[in-house]
Amino acid sequence: MSQFRIQLEDALPDLWRYAFSLTRNRALADDLVQDCAERAIRKRLLWMPGRPLKPWLMKILLNLFRSHHARNKGRHFMPLDDTLADTGTRADDDSRLELAATLQGLEQLSDEQREALLLVVVGGLDYLQAAGALGIPVGTLMSRIARARAKLRKWRAGDDTPAIRSVP
Amino acid sequence: MRNEEPLPMREELLHGYVDGQLSAQDRRRVEEYLADHPETAEEVAEWRRQNVALGTLFPTSVAEQRARELPVQSLSPPSGRLSGVLRLAAVLALLGLGVTGGWFARGTFEPMQTVVAEVLVREAIQAHEVFASEILHPVEVSAADESHLVGWLSKRLGTEIVAPDLSASGFELVGGRLLPSDAGPAAQFMYEDADGRRITIYATTGSPGVLASFQFEREGDIGGIYWQDESLRYAVVGPLSRNTLTELATVAYRQLI
Repeated sequence: MSQFRIQLEDALPDLWRYAFSLTRNRALADDLVQDCAERAIRKRLLWMPGRPLKPWLMKILLNLFRSHHARNKGRHFMPLDDTLADTGTRADDDSRLELAATLQGLEQLSDEQREALLLVVVGGLDYLQAAGALGIPVGTLMSRIARARAKLRKWRAGDDTPAIRSVP
Repeated sequence: MRNEEPLPMREELLHGYVDGQLSAQDRRRVEEYLADHPETAEEVAEWRRQNVALGTLFPTSVAEQRARELPVQSLSPPSGRLSGVLRLAAVLALLGLGVTGGWFARGTFEPMQTVVAEVLVREAIQAHEVFASEILHPVEVSAADESHLVGWLSKRLGTEIVAPDLSASGFELVGGRLLPSDAGPAAQFMYEDADGRRITIYATTGSPGVLASFQFEREGDIGGIYWQDESLRYAVVGPLSRNTLTELATVAYRQLI
């Protein structure tokens, strides 16, 4: 099997995770990853052998996500409960409130902040790769991640929503 | 100028610590720092909890299962490889010059991805627009230094390249330059005719053993013909008709192969 093929298949779970974290929708994540793989195979001449494939795949996935997003005019997240069910969180889970607050917090982030944070934490790219995939300098990536974490922290601590104060 | 204050811990290092991206040495430095700075340590602990929450929300186990079930495995890449003798014939056939008629175009030879052409030609056209209008410094190395120019660009591209002679078509070499591109270093040769019209030939390294037929793209007044040989991708770009550009590309192609 070619290097391209091996690296593509190795990257699929992380691609799916990232797609799911952006869309919160399993079917949409399936479609995005499938489209991404098809496009990558069509465009494989543009990949430089010897470089890791995953950052390039993530970049393709993001472009697909963004154009899908633009076509659908705005965000169509699943309702919170459905998302939590989709992620396998049970209704009686102790951490449910914290997870719900985290999901709500993600929605408060700008698209740029969310894409950057999730690309590193969920997509599993290192900072250099993530900056490359997003087409931004590492310093910009770091400041987006820092702002994302600060906002999430506020949200999770319940500064804006006292009802969800459940952080230990 | 020296800063006598103790340096504050750089925030990137704290994030790198949480995301597991530090060397062992930096990790120890951060840990020592956090031991002395409980407020920062609490913030960092919260970032860790965020990562754990995100990991729970978007679990690896589900991703692995869904990824396995995707029909990606069945996708087969289009094959673009042809053995030695067939290459020239295939390209000539696509140019309408072939002795073998349309057979190659129909069967053995699969047209290359148009998307490669689009990217390269767009880069080539942008590069053309930037430099072809330049009066004072259209090139980095002038045609007077042609052997130096060609040697330098070959070295930077990592493969032998020549500046095709287009004088029979009325275009004289002005010179060339090295440019950055998506695919690494790119070479640009510039030519000018008696009326001052300029065309450029743009080349970047391609995928070895893959070749592509001539493809045409246009952006506004500027058109470009793209092709790929065994080692390089080329585009001939200029404010000319498709037919004229194809003629020039054919002349260049025959010298470059």
